[in-house]
Amino acid sequence: MRNRNEDLKQMLESSKDSAKLDAMKRIVGMIAKGKNASELFPAVVKNVASKNIEIKKLVYVYLMRYAEEQQDLALLSISTFQRALKDPNQLIRASALRVLSSIRVPIIVPIMMLAIKEASSDLSPYVRKNAAHAIQKLYSLDPEQKEMLIEVIEKLLKDRSTLVAGSVVMAFEEVCPDRIDLIHKNYRKLCNLLVDVEEWGQVVIIHMLTRYARTQFLSPWKVDEVVDEYSESNFYESDEEQKEKDQKLKTIYTMDPDHRLLLRNTKPLLQSRNAAVVMAVAQLYWHLAPKSEAGIVSKSLVRLLRSNREVQYIVLQNIATMSIQRKGMFEPYLKSFYVRSTDPTMIKTLKLEIMTNLANEANISTLLREFQTYVKSQDKQFAAATIQAIGRCATNITEVTDTCLNGLVCLLSNRDEIVVAESVVVIKKLLQTQPAHHGEIIKHMAKLLDNITVPVARASILWLIGEYCERVPKIAPDVLRKTAKSFTNEDDLVKLQILNLGAKLYLTNSKQTKLLTQYVLNLGKYDQSYDIRDRTRFIRQLIVPNEKSGALSKYAKKIFLAQKPAPLLESPFKDRDHFQLGTLSHTLNSRATGYLELSDWPEVAPDPSVRNVDVAESAKEWTGIPGKPKKEKPTEKFYSESEEEEDDSASTSSSGSGSASESEKEDEDEGSTDESSGSSSPSEESTDSESDSKESAAKKRCRAVNESDSQDIKKKAEGISIKRSTSSSSDTEYTSSDECSSDSKSDSESGKSRNATSNKKEEKPAQDRKTPKTQDMFLLDLDDFCPVTTPVAVPTAAVLSPSLAADLEGLSLSSSSVIDVTMQVSVPTKTHELLHRMSGKGLAAHYHFSRQPGIFGDRMVPVQVTVTNTTDQKIENIHIGEKKLPPGMRMHEFNPIECLEPGGSITATMGIDFCDSTQTASFQLCTKDDHFSVNIQPPVGELLLPVTMSEKDFKKEQGMLTGMNETSTTIAVAPQNSTRLVIIERVVKAANLGVVPSGQDNIHRFAAKTMHSGSLMLVTVELKESSTAQLIINTEKTVIGSVLLRELKPVLSQG
Amino acid sequence: MAERAARPGPGTAEVFVRAPGAGLAAAALRARGAGPTGAGPVGGRGLCGEPARGFAPPQPGLAAAMIHSLFLINASGDIFLEKHWKSVVSRSVCDYFFEAQERASEAENVPPVIPTPHHYLLSVYRHKIFFVAVIQSEVPPLFVIEFLHRVVDTFQDYFGVCSEVIIKDNVVVVYEVLEEMLDNGFPLATESNILKELIKPPTILRTVVNTITGSTNVGDQLPTGQLSVVPWRRTGVKYTNNEAYFDVIEEIDAIIDKSGSTITAEIQGVIDACVKLTGMPDLTLSFMNPRLLDDVSFHPCVRFKRWESERILSFIPPDGNFRLLSYHVSAQNLVAIPVYVKHNISFRDSSSLGRFEITVGPKQTMGKTVEGVMVTSQMPKSVLNMTLTPSQGTHVFDPVTKLLSWDVGKINPQKLPSLKGSVSLQAGTSKPDENPTINLQFKIQQLAISGLKVNRLDMYGEKYKPFKGIKYMTKAGKFQVRT
Repeated sequence: MRNRNEDLKQMLESSKDSAKLDAMKRIVGMIAKGKNASELFPAVVKNVASKNIEIKKLVYVYLMRYAEEQQDLALLSISTFQRALKDPNQLIRASALRVLSSIRVPIIVPIMMLAIKEASSDLSPYVRKNAAHAIQKLYSLDPEQKEMLIEVIEKLLKDRSTLVAGSVVMAFEEVCPDRIDLIHKNYRKLCNLLVDVEEWGQVVIIHMLTRYARTQFLSPWKVDEVVDEYSESNFYESDEEQKEKDQKLKTIYTMDPDHRLLLRNTKPLLQSRNAAVVMAVAQLYWHLAPKSEAGIVSKSLVRLLRSNREVQYIVLQNIATMSIQRKGMFEPYLKSFYVRSTDPTMIKTLKLEIMTNLANEANISTLLREFQTYVKSQDKQFAAATIQAIGRCATNITEVTDTCLNGLVCLLSNRDEIVVAESVVVIKKLLQTQPAHHGEIIKHMAKLLDNITVPVARASILWLIGEYCERVPKIAPDVLRKTAKSFTNEDDLVKLQILNLGAKLYLTNSKQTKLLTQYVLNLGKYDQSYDIRDRTRFIRQLIVPNEKSGALSKYAKKIFLAQKPAPLLESPFKDRDHFQLGTLSHTLNSRATGYLELSDWPEVAPDPSVRNVDVAESAKEWTGIPGKPKKEKPTEKFYSESEEEEDDSASTSSSGSGSASESEKEDEDEGSTDESSGSSSPSEESTDSESDSKESAAKKRCRAVNESDSQDIKKKAEGISIKRSTSSSSDTEYTSSDECSSDSKSDSESGKSRNATSNKKEEKPAQDRKTPKTQDMFLLDLDDFCPVTTPVAVPTAAVLSPSLAADLEGLSLSSSSVIDVTMQVSVPTKTHELLHRMSGKGLAAHYHFSRQPGIFGDRMVPVQVTVTNTTDQKIENIHIGEKKLPPGMRMHEFNPIECLEPGGSITATMGIDFCDSTQTASFQLCTKDDHFSVNIQPPVGELLLPVTMSEKDFKKEQGMLTGMNETSTTIAVAPQNSTRLVIIERVVKAANLGVVPSGQDNIHRFAAKTMHSGSLMLVTVELKESSTAQLIINTEKTVIGSVLLRELKPVLSQG
Repeated sequence: MAERAARPGPGTAEVFVRAPGAGLAAAALRARGAGPTGAGPVGGRGLCGEPARGFAPPQPGLAAAMIHSLFLINASGDIFLEKHWKSVVSRSVCDYFFEAQERASEAENVPPVIPTPHHYLLSVYRHKIFFVAVIQSEVPPLFVIEFLHRVVDTFQDYFGVCSEVIIKDNVVVVYEVLEEMLDNGFPLATESNILKELIKPPTILRTVVNTITGSTNVGDQLPTGQLSVVPWRRTGVKYTNNEAYFDVIEEIDAIIDKSGSTITAEIQGVIDACVKLTGMPDLTLSFMNPRLLDDVSFHPCVRFKRWESERILSFIPPDGNFRLLSYHVSAQNLVAIPVYVKHNISFRDSSSLGRFEITVGPKQTMGKTVEGVMVTSQMPKSVLNMTLTPSQGTHVFDPVTKLLSWDVGKINPQKLPSLKGSVSLQAGTSKPDENPTINLQFKIQQLAISGLKVNRLDMYGEKYKPFKGIKYMTKAGKFQVRT
């Protein structure tokens, strides 16, 4: 050994890299085998500065393993890493940080701290990711650095790179999981980034967000409980009153939009290939989603059962826990749990467990047939478990108790002892729950006693005979006689039961059995086991009356023949649900080290505004709902039946029709939001004005932050992915919308008058959404007010394609792959009236363009219609009737709405193919009794699908669309509209256009294609001096082009 | 070493165990490690080591380094590789594992999660190797298990096969790969495309070249993938022949009962791709009948939203082989069962001889040939030997494991393959209660049994015309016939 090491040392000293490399490889081999190579430390550490990358890597491997043991020598290497931290290559910087932080030498803590701080603001997200990892390492080395590390975590949490997100949340979980306040501002960002984070990070983030949500949102379940309680306690109330209460209570619970955001954004991850991610989402839905929605995870969990046995094991355990509480979730998948003979035993028993949980009157006969096969299995352990399962089914489902019992009795003649024994034990339990008229079975079992040798089974039979000895008065004494003979050879378990039997018979039938019992008691007195001797003494004192025994023997009969409660046959997974699903603790059914309890839902929701972020993309959508009623007392919470039904129908329809599900969910959201804002109207006005002022203050702050942030972004732009830059650009757009809303508020006076006079059709599409909305509240009847806020789809997988050649082939469907349709950055929140409540006999309808691409195929413009019932009766069967469409136009109707509760409103989505024209689509909106003619006329801006392309492509395309295809005009631009952000924001709001990156500051380009024909629509805004601008539109569809031009003109000139 | 003797009581557990994620264990180690050599730094330990123990705030974390260590154990119970990402955990911790292994009759029955007093052992069993991860605190178990499987997949990808011998031969590469995959116990780079750029897989040619030139396996280029928009694809891919092949493979899982009726049957499918395209191609794959797909899971490259809205697979593919999609065909669709098994297996009580006869035939094959048929059956323990004659193919009965396997090959519908003969039972044993289950494997080329059809494949973003190919295949998954 020593020789060999000498030889290695020499090789390491050698001047040749190949020799060094060989030596290092051998050393790594030694480490891998677990051999001690620490004495080579001095020789190895010299090579840390080697130019050869592979030697260097292997030296790193060595250092990480032994630095802790050779601290002084390890310090020699530190300067190398410090130098590498400044290397221009990000990979080298990252790896230096990695190794430096992995050397567990306390003396370098300050150096590590410094390195982490620096790396956390590195330009490369990869280095920042490594910094996040290093935080945990430093923390475990020196927990005293905690405060400083939290600062770094706080900073990195703000990071927008998907690369960093997972790692920093990991660090957060490790260093300061209780600092939930750090998450608030980043909550929405994390939700939105989630899809793009790498798989492992997703798991960590989802688990963290589960914990977060349980502290921040109100329970979506409580309502169910209250329903029960309520209906019971108020049984005698008249229907009228009930209804009134319903009305009052129903609006109180609305899911926090942030809560909904989390559920919505995690749902697609159920389709991940990574089992851990799927499981994480499943547990999130289990712990956070309303009960009606949790069902969507079952399909994905069942899918995981195709995976490796280890994955199956964990997933089955979790399903077992779930299936106890909510049978319905997995009942449709019952057959997926059928056992195959090739499954390992642990998988088999888990599947059996789940099948037993799922058993009900409807499926029990199929299940029992299946169980019959299992009982015959060669795997005896599994066969025994099956018998237990049959027993459980028999107790749970009374219809089949007799069948099961008979089946089990048949098993008693089985050749396998284990099977028989298990059957006896189960029969014993069953008989105990139903002691009536089972004399026959007991007699049968008494006969079996001669053949069965398994102690548990013998003991069980004896106990049964003893317990029901009065039912088998002839056989019982005979059994005692037989067993008394074999007493000495029996197992302890059986001996105890023989004693028991004797005692019971003595009390009931002392004439026949007195002598026998005394004989048995005598045998027991001299038994080897002290347990049996004890029991013998005890029994003798109790049953045999003598002068010493005193008062107790009077009660002997009561003591021995008391009614015994039947054993409860229940699942071993019954109480596991107090552990968070998907955790190690759940798997082990005991608290694992470091397990974090999932907190209960808060009674009163914490302030939701803490999550409002000044800069974040989602800011806009939430500020639209000011003064939401949040602080009701939880006892008043109530989830009306109608809402529940709504939930149900939504979830069933979503499972039925895959594509529409997402949108429907969103609709539901909006629906409930509507309700809350509608009902809380009296308070709204006051809170509204308050929040206005708050908002504008926030806006100011946001502008400041935004500016610095955008500078920041510019700084970082180098080396940052395309995706990142697009997302940041959309961010800035959002902020700009905020800015402008505060702007417009300042001159709300003029806006108000304009709004009052202008009629719907002439209203400029570019008008700021917020202005009319806030005014609506004051000017219009509140019942009519129906703000629809569609959460904005955040650009996820934006991919820029340099070539647009494919687009021009006119393949509207396939070409859209180059077009990132999710790019759309703004959704017009403006609603148009479809049917006024006066003309609709109380039925009001509004519509707006949701700009969600492709829900009904590529050519349909999606339109969201919100119908509201302002009457005090139910309106039934709302559907679309006769259609009067111009030739070529097509319409995809929404599903008929069966019933709309008074005061309720429902949003449905329909699709209309306008054939690239602004012609009106007329149709009838029908209810059960009436029909009303309505029509929808689209603004030309909604007939477009945004397109992403590079500036170069744009110019190329523009060059091909000149002459006839070009329309242009000169417009006056209001001074406040001349910044890039404002222009983009306004144009995109007015028309569904995609932003094209522009190299020049004064030229702004937008691109889209028409919905129906897929023709390109290119818009250019060129700012000139003296606040004028040239607006150019290039398109084959000249008619639409000129209409769009007309519509865009006022957008920019307006103040 | 880190198996500390004193087990902290439940109240103090958090104080102790949490910091130690590494802190304590490290402190303990330091004391030991530094002791014998006498080179403990004076200031360092006093400042940071000891006080940490007492004053570490009682603050439970999710995990102090998710995966602490990894041990590779072969079938005979030797630890042949160990790797630690934090302070060293003594291999004696594996004793708990061996104990569990002894208790379980078969390797398959070793529980994947084993608690020990201070650690948790999570293991996966593949290629006759146990991959045992040592965990110190709460962690989603699937996280670790899924990661371990990913490690095995990576080894397989690197070395073609994953076996003890191969791992031992390539221990340095294995070590380097593991080093890149985990940082401080948390997964760092798990995409095989990226890993291969960091550490080149060994090939015979490269081994030869390396020995001559002294160059190395380690990539000296920056792995751009870590930083690009598409983390799964490296940039600068170049091919002279641009090709994209897709294999639609469907597996039928079924349980057929004694009488030949189907108890349960489902179709699980995957689309495996081999894409060798230059540059950054953007592909879309559309189906004629996407509604067939009930439940799908994607490679991370697939855009969720496009699927949700249009049922089109749109993606920038990784370079090389990858699994694009796995799917489940909705349960409403009846599953066509392509083969049937006629069986006549009987044991008699009186004599020690039994009859055995099975015939395999085609059922609903859509006119395609069924090939690669393989019949296996686990005989009851009381079977001593079997004397059988097949009408085609070869058969083996292993008297030790009692496993009968019959390699049938192709099914000729005119002359159905059959296997007939007698079974001899151990003298004195009673006849088995249950007839053995028959497991079936087969393959049908050019057929997707669900009827799934790819409509078209389009490429955007690149100018050249790639060569495209789609292959369909149906296989038996877990296909069992009860007799």
